[in-house]
Amino acid sequence: MSEGFTEIWVYLAASPLLGLTLTLVAYQVGMWIYTRTNLNPLFNPVLIAVVVLVALMMGTGTEYGTYFEGAKFVHFMLGPATVALAVPLYRQFQKVRGSFLMILAAILSGSVTAALSAIGVAWALGASRETLLSLAPKSVTAPIAMGIAEATGGVASLTAVLVILTGIIGAVFGTWTLNALGVKDWRARGLAMGTASHGIGTARALQVNEVAGAFASLAMGLNGLATAVLLPLILQLIF
Amino acid sequence: MTLGFITWLLVFQLLGEVISKGLGLPLPGPVVGMALLFVVLVVRGDLPDGLKDTAAGLLKHLSLLFVPAGVGVMMHLHLLQDEWQAISVALLVSTLATIAVTALVMKGLFKLSGKPEEETSDE
Repeated sequence: MSEGFTEIWVYLAASPLLGLTLTLVAYQVGMWIYTRTNLNPLFNPVLIAVVVLVALMMGTGTEYGTYFEGAKFVHFMLGPATVALAVPLYRQFQKVRGSFLMILAAILSGSVTAALSAIGVAWALGASRETLLSLAPKSVTAPIAMGIAEATGGVASLTAVLVILTGIIGAVFGTWTLNALGVKDWRARGLAMGTASHGIGTARALQVNEVAGAFASLAMGLNGLATAVLLPLILQLIF
Repeated sequence: MTLGFITWLLVFQLLGEVISKGLGLPLPGPVVGMALLFVVLVVRGDLPDGLKDTAAGLLKHLSLLFVPAGVGVMMHLHLLQDEWQAISVALLVSTLATIAVTALVMKGLFKLSGKPEEETSDE
């Protein structure tokens, strides 16, 4: 790195403009790659953006706090966006009112399975308490999962990454698992994808079938609510 | 996206924060705000077009919004480095188990209730 470039970087890094611009550019690079690979879940745009930005910050020795001074403007929108999730939830809810209780029961079973199996397996393999608490809400959509992690003593940023990895695993292996189990009902298939792997699973379900996509989207919203309520109780019981 | 409905979303978030903190709930404020807005919509039985468009605009790039927090993982890379085996096995097992349990419970309940399988896959 030349002397001049370093000076310019140090100057710019001190201004919020750089963190904000880099976030938008990195995300769009991620989106570009994701679209180019025909929406292959392995090329998740958020994961690409995070890897690019972490590499850039560490490579230039820039502190996370400096980056966040700019990125916080994007981060702030998470709150209102989480509230806005009520809108798709309401729209899907309207379509399935008749079987709502059954659907809720299935999602609750998934929510408890997700938290207990993640904590159980990681604990058996010697994971730290910090990791266990960050892992527990991993099946929930990231904005809600990060809020849950913060409220229950996990590391929100680690949760964000684990949530994305969970989504990718669900999108890659979901169809295979459901076929192996002989589940053919699109409603049950979509619901399982949305409960286990939130928005990324929902995107995958939508690619395959419209009914599955609608049920996945409903499951994503309800599992967010269900886990936010249940997880603190579950954690109280086991820790 | 209209300013009025953005304001409503912020008002619901603020209400959520106040309720959550006020009652000492272990729930994130925005999630309480989302639940409140959902209940209001169900009670109203109607979704204003402006709110529908505002939410759609905001949610279109929902995944962009958690990039800044995700980058924060750079401060916790040691956790990923030291515990990657436990983390990856847990993620894989737990995600597949969750898919299996949810799908089988849903399938079983639909069968019990005698609701016909409206559409089935032939994958």
